[in-house]
Amino acid sequence: MPLFYEKRQLVTPGDLLAEDDYVAGDNTYKDDGKIYASRIGLVDYEARKVHVVALKAFYVPYVEDTVIGKVVEVTTGGWIVDINAPYFAMLRASDVVDRPFKPQTSDLPSIFDVGDLIIAQVVAYDRTRDPLLTVREPGLGKIMRGQLVEITATKIPRVIGRKGSMVSMIKRETGCQITIGQNGLILISGKTPEDERLAVMALHKIEEESHTSGLTDRVTEMLKKEKEGVEHT
Amino acid sequence: MLNIPKRKTEKKRLNVLQKKPEKLIDKDDMRLDGRKLNELRPTKIEVGVLGNADGSAYIEQGKNKILAAVYGPKEVHPRHLARPDRAVLRCRYHMAPFSVDERKSPAPSRREVELSKVIREALEPSIFVEYYPRTSIDIFIEVLQADGGTRCAGITTASLALADAGIPMRDLVAACASGKVDGHLVLDLMDVEDKAGEADVPLALMPNLNAVTLLQMDGSLTIEEFEKAVNLALDGCKQLYTLQKEALKSKYVAVKEALDE
Repeated sequence: MPLFYEKRQLVTPGDLLAEDDYVAGDNTYKDDGKIYASRIGLVDYEARKVHVVALKAFYVPYVEDTVIGKVVEVTTGGWIVDINAPYFAMLRASDVVDRPFKPQTSDLPSIFDVGDLIIAQVVAYDRTRDPLLTVREPGLGKIMRGQLVEITATKIPRVIGRKGSMVSMIKRETGCQITIGQNGLILISGKTPEDERLAVMALHKIEEESHTSGLTDRVTEMLKKEKEGVEHT
Repeated sequence: MLNIPKRKTEKKRLNVLQKKPEKLIDKDDMRLDGRKLNELRPTKIEVGVLGNADGSAYIEQGKNKILAAVYGPKEVHPRHLARPDRAVLRCRYHMAPFSVDERKSPAPSRREVELSKVIREALEPSIFVEYYPRTSIDIFIEVLQADGGTRCAGITTASLALADAGIPMRDLVAACASGKVDGHLVLDLMDVEDKAGEADVPLALMPNLNAVTLLQMDGSLTIEEFEKAVNLALDGCKQLYTLQKEALKSKYVAVKEALDE
């Protein structure tokens, strides 16, 4: 039962990763007892499970994920939201308006209009139907201020870091509030534009260097240097 | 008895001034551009060249210059084309008006419509279309400069654009043609060889799975010649595959190397 790659080695779709007894995890597939990569990424394995941490992938909705989306349509029963996924998401009016909801009397565009950005949570999704959202949790709802940064959705875990170490470090260093959407959109709101600029810079650095190690330290260092006004090379 | 036409399908001469050279291969088995019989054209591939598409790639293979862009998976428009059990793959192969030496009408020609279908069918087996039902994956292949073998170069490029878009794939698809020119079997025909030669055999391959996804032939070859031509093309595909992998990895490798220094 051989393994053909070491941990954290870069692979491309079609690369043979393992044979026989192994189990195919994320971004891999098994065919005729052989496990191949199905995306470009870094190999990882635990016990018998081989998987690839994708470097390039789009967001696929997952129940309980917090996402940031844009309202693209107001319908009689709710809103259609673009959450940067293969499918548009639905947000039902009954979820927002105090019940009982009457389509005749409620003015839905006054709550969320086309183009509004919202923070929401996925409550249901199974690929046969469009994902369903809710805003009935603290911290969810319309975005009033801040800056949005878009990064590849697969790199969100890297932005969060182990037990949130990365994101809490950026919050501490820049004094910005950061809301992470699992779909690759990140909301930053700081006291000054300079604080926000620093946070955006840190996020872009993470996206670019996500496949390398020791990243938290390098980002911390970069932020400290930038704050002192020293030219970073 | 099967009536096999002796001549290749007549390919339109785009430039009247461009005469067929007397000899396409000299006595030292050297081709017009100085290549050996089994040599690919010099090939340069780049991935992620377009900012607005979800995935993109660019190839320069000899004088060929081809861009490929991929969008999706996303909602299908028009809606009725959506399939409940899988993603639909749509492909447009298009030659820019300036891609050949006499202006080509930008409207899709019969040939381009056919190649779009052929390319789509060569790429489809490599994609897990069943993972994202009710969506579409759109592929655009734009030939900026053509010099023979654009369908193969188009497949090679589009496959990289798909990988760059993060679409789950069984394998990359590499494609390459072989053929018969002046009685010799040669690899990777350029325009003159394609038009003046006796036959060409475009072939697309998923190298790790050892599966052929496209095999065509234009012209006539004996069974032995055909077998040799297929093996030659398979070899060319494998060479291109290593270039594809390098191109796909290069961006990440560069970042890592810069940090290691």
